[in-house]
Amino acid sequence: MKNIFVFIWRNHFVFLFLILQSLSVYLLIQNNNYQRAGFINSASATAGNFLNVYNNITEYFSLKKANDILAAENAELKKHHPSSFFRYDVQVFNVNDTVYRQQYTYRAARVVNKTVNKRNNYLTLNRGSLHGIERNMAVITPVGVVGIVKDVSANFCTVISMLHVNSKISAQIKNNNYFGSMVWNGNNASLVNLVDIPSHVKLHKGDTVITTSFSAIFPEGVVVGTIEDFELEPGNNFYTIKVKPGTDFRSVSNVYVVGNLLKNEQVQLEEDSTND
Amino acid sequence: MIELLVKNTLRFVILIIFQVLVLNNVELGGFINPYLYVFFILMLPLETPGWLLLLLSFLMGISIDLFENTAGMHASACVFMAFCRPYLLRLISPREGFDRGSKITIQKFGINWFLTYAGIMIFLHHFALFYLEVFRFSSFFSTLLRVILSSVFTLLLVVITQYLFNPVKKN
Repeated sequence: MKNIFVFIWRNHFVFLFLILQSLSVYLLIQNNNYQRAGFINSASATAGNFLNVYNNITEYFSLKKANDILAAENAELKKHHPSSFFRYDVQVFNVNDTVYRQQYTYRAARVVNKTVNKRNNYLTLNRGSLHGIERNMAVITPVGVVGIVKDVSANFCTVISMLHVNSKISAQIKNNNYFGSMVWNGNNASLVNLVDIPSHVKLHKGDTVITTSFSAIFPEGVVVGTIEDFELEPGNNFYTIKVKPGTDFRSVSNVYVVGNLLKNEQVQLEEDSTND
Repeated sequence: MIELLVKNTLRFVILIIFQVLVLNNVELGGFINPYLYVFFILMLPLETPGWLLLLLSFLMGISIDLFENTAGMHASACVFMAFCRPYLLRLISPREGFDRGSKITIQKFGINWFLTYAGIMIFLHHFALFYLEVFRFSSFFSTLLRVILSSVFTLLLVVITQYLFNPVKKN
């Protein structure tokens, strides 16, 4: 017994190395596991609050651009406000609430931390479970898709950016409804690839790419980006399409977190069907 | 002793802040990610006991992980780098050994020695880090290119920082 302690003491450097290394690898694997929530991340209170303070300062530099986007969106929304319509009918209609039921909820949030230069990029938002944020909610801006919520703490949440090697967002081309997936190859923050579009489809540069109705996460029709370039390699049945994301990931600061009120119902139903 | 403690604590905090707020936002062609925070581990005193070296490196790595959402990745690379440090120092020690209490500076050991020491350490760290990040060997050579380019850039930053912290004294 004594010999064991002497042995361990003599080689404590190697043993400590092995212990710390296995701890790191354990954390790494646990974090990579999408199903389980990681606990060392910037959603934790310390890091979140620190980044929040920093962001309060840097936000001023992108204020002008953020204002432009919000103003443009306000104008768009004003267009839909009842006061901007001319009433043609004479009779009074009651809006019947049983016809339209709300499916999507929008919560405004601010980006307090982000990366764009890694292979796997994340954002941190200043909204958490106290504000009703849950895992797998969609994150968008008025001009494009941002990503999907990963971990949630009381006041913060982390978001898997579209610029993440494992991120796969279902998208379609707006004018012909052919659909594929958005994947990122990890190199350029201003180019994301749209794959699985068959070679017989007619494409044009500048076509808009939007989200599909297949995912239970994103509402249909949110802009993803515009086609920058496309090519068809000889012998390949699918295009390689380069899409310029609508969101400028380097300066994104105000986002919406979108919750789908009917998501559980849809997911449950689809699971039941595939289990048969 | 107290001075050493204060100096290293300050270095620890400043390097983390600089890494998280400045360097993590640097984007150079998608291939270069400088990680200057390893400067802390490079500069730990020569007499630092092994266990303390490992623990401090782990602490450094996990602090960076906290801000980058990469639990364990930087910690693992840092611990690996710290583990290699004593062996590397033994390998490239001057013929008469190190003087007690001498600081690791370019002025004392010369630019060649420092570049060898820092270069190998940084390469080991970046190598572990970048391969852990992609977690596969399929894009081996493109990752290797990123490792080499980023190492060179970090080394450059380390040398500059070294001169900033220890300015050359004029006669």
